[in-house]
Amino acid sequence: MPDFTKEHALNAVIALGLLVVPLWAYFAGEIFTITLFTRITILALAGVGLNIALGLGGMVSFGHAVYFGAGGYAAGILAQHAFNGAPLLGLSGSNQMLVIWLVAMAVSGLLAAVIGAFSLRTSGIFFIMITLAFAQMFYYFAISWPAYGGEDGLPIYVRNQFPGLNTMRPLELFLICWGVLMAGLALFATLRASRFGAALMAIRQNPDRVASLGINPFGIKLAAFVISGMVTGLAGALMADLSRFASPAGMAWTMSGELIVIIILGGTGRLFGPVVGAAFLVGFEVFFGGLTEHWKLWLGVVLLAAVLFGRGGIVGLIAGRERFG
Amino acid sequence: MADRETPVLELNNLRKSFGALKATDDVSLTLRAGEVHALIGPNGAGKSTLMAQISGRTLPDAGRIRFQGREITRLNEVRRAQLGLGRSFQISSLIPEYSARRNVMLALQARQSHSFRFFKPTLWDRVLIEGADDILERVGLRGRASVPSAELSHGERRLLEIAVALALEPKCFLLDEPMAGMGAEGAGQLVSFLRELKTQAPILLVEHDMDAVFALADRLSVLVYGRIIASGSVEEIRNDPQVREAYLGDSA
Repeated sequence: MPDFTKEHALNAVIALGLLVVPLWAYFAGEIFTITLFTRITILALAGVGLNIALGLGGMVSFGHAVYFGAGGYAAGILAQHAFNGAPLLGLSGSNQMLVIWLVAMAVSGLLAAVIGAFSLRTSGIFFIMITLAFAQMFYYFAISWPAYGGEDGLPIYVRNQFPGLNTMRPLELFLICWGVLMAGLALFATLRASRFGAALMAIRQNPDRVASLGINPFGIKLAAFVISGMVTGLAGALMADLSRFASPAGMAWTMSGELIVIIILGGTGRLFGPVVGAAFLVGFEVFFGGLTEHWKLWLGVVLLAAVLFGRGGIVGLIAGRERFG
Repeated sequence: MADRETPVLELNNLRKSFGALKATDDVSLTLRAGEVHALIGPNGAGKSTLMAQISGRTLPDAGRIRFQGREITRLNEVRRAQLGLGRSFQISSLIPEYSARRNVMLALQARQSHSFRFFKPTLWDRVLIEGADDILERVGLRGRASVPSAELSHGERRLLEIAVALALEPKCFLLDEPMAGMGAEGAGQLVSFLRELKTQAPILLVEHDMDAVFALADRLSVLVYGRIIASGSVEEIRNDPQVREAYLGDSA
């Protein structure tokens, strides 16, 4: 039976802290803080998605922005069609978040299946480059598609709806995002503990050995890659609703890089790594961004330190190395 | 030596070249139920290349491989492992961050069914845990079950290799230098263990440790420059002048 470890305690504190601060901000009237924390939860969710591929499966995808962006466009396009009543492939659009999430996950999952089917035949630097190339291809496709905003992106005039809640109120939108993040984390934890996760993490360490056991590494990796893309796509849909804007910038390679930074800072393969990484990144930007224009330089220094001295990221620094009993 | 039954594993005229180098040159051999067939030969004779072709890591240029009467020449490594070809590695090749128990659990999971099971936690899976612990007990690693394989001693890792192969319940064991790096005591234990193991499934053994080979092998084949120059019982091989010259040296 798994014991209660330091990492479990840390995770509980983070999950609750992420909930308590915006609640406090609500009563203190600090709307900006609530929005900031909503941003953190969404970026964290995108990171949780990438963490399935990168952390568990060792697949360094440098193109996860394509799923994030595709999720955002799914939200934007469905909302636009719901807004102006124009049919979309013979169907009507939707302004319901639950519908939009399903579509966002389906679209990004499909993209991940196609991209994964090609790129997972390579490994190492080739895998990094081919995922980047695919993402850039879709990025240029998005900015040259005038029907949905082209380079200007696609505004969402009225935020999409969630049954029983008013999504225009910052706290209620935050609670939705927090709930989805927790569900995403539960999915990650479940996958990691399952037979599928055991095979996936073994493939990261020694794919030849796993093949000699009669487990096909390609199939396991592709399934993980698709799930990974779907979670990141869901985060993209949420981000579009938060900013009420589906942005092509969400598909740019810098976004892919940001997601990797989040995971490395927080702790690769650790359950709450992306949450800590996202909080650190957003907090760093707000704090140092107010002090100096060159905050990204200092972020680079922190990242270097994380890579050189703390392979387990911030979570590893606090909770120690991960053990597979 | 008339075959009473079809061999478990049968290689017919295998050939494999890398450029001008004939790594496998017209190799034929059989492995019958209940026997240990040892493959010996000097370094660079092509033993590893031959093992790779049997396990399916590389495909031969020509020739056929049959396993339990079934043609497997073109099947990949994953399929062959699923059919029951259990392989250990020349250099310990485990999942380094996983404990000994988890390494065996992974093999058990591969044997039992596909790995597309997303929900039930393996740490609550009594079938896997108890199955793994039983196998670790058999090879004498029960006390080290929760140690990551990267932290096991060399000899312990060799035993864990065997445990993983056992968990696959193979129809045939391909053991690539299981004695490598073992001390005299460890090697002795392993010899008696392998003697018991061959009753479960026949063993194709590649090994440099001649004491172990002579103690275990029912039949021997000698590979030199990719060719089998002699094949027979231990006595026949010991007395074969060609083998003495090519490999054993006059002292043997």
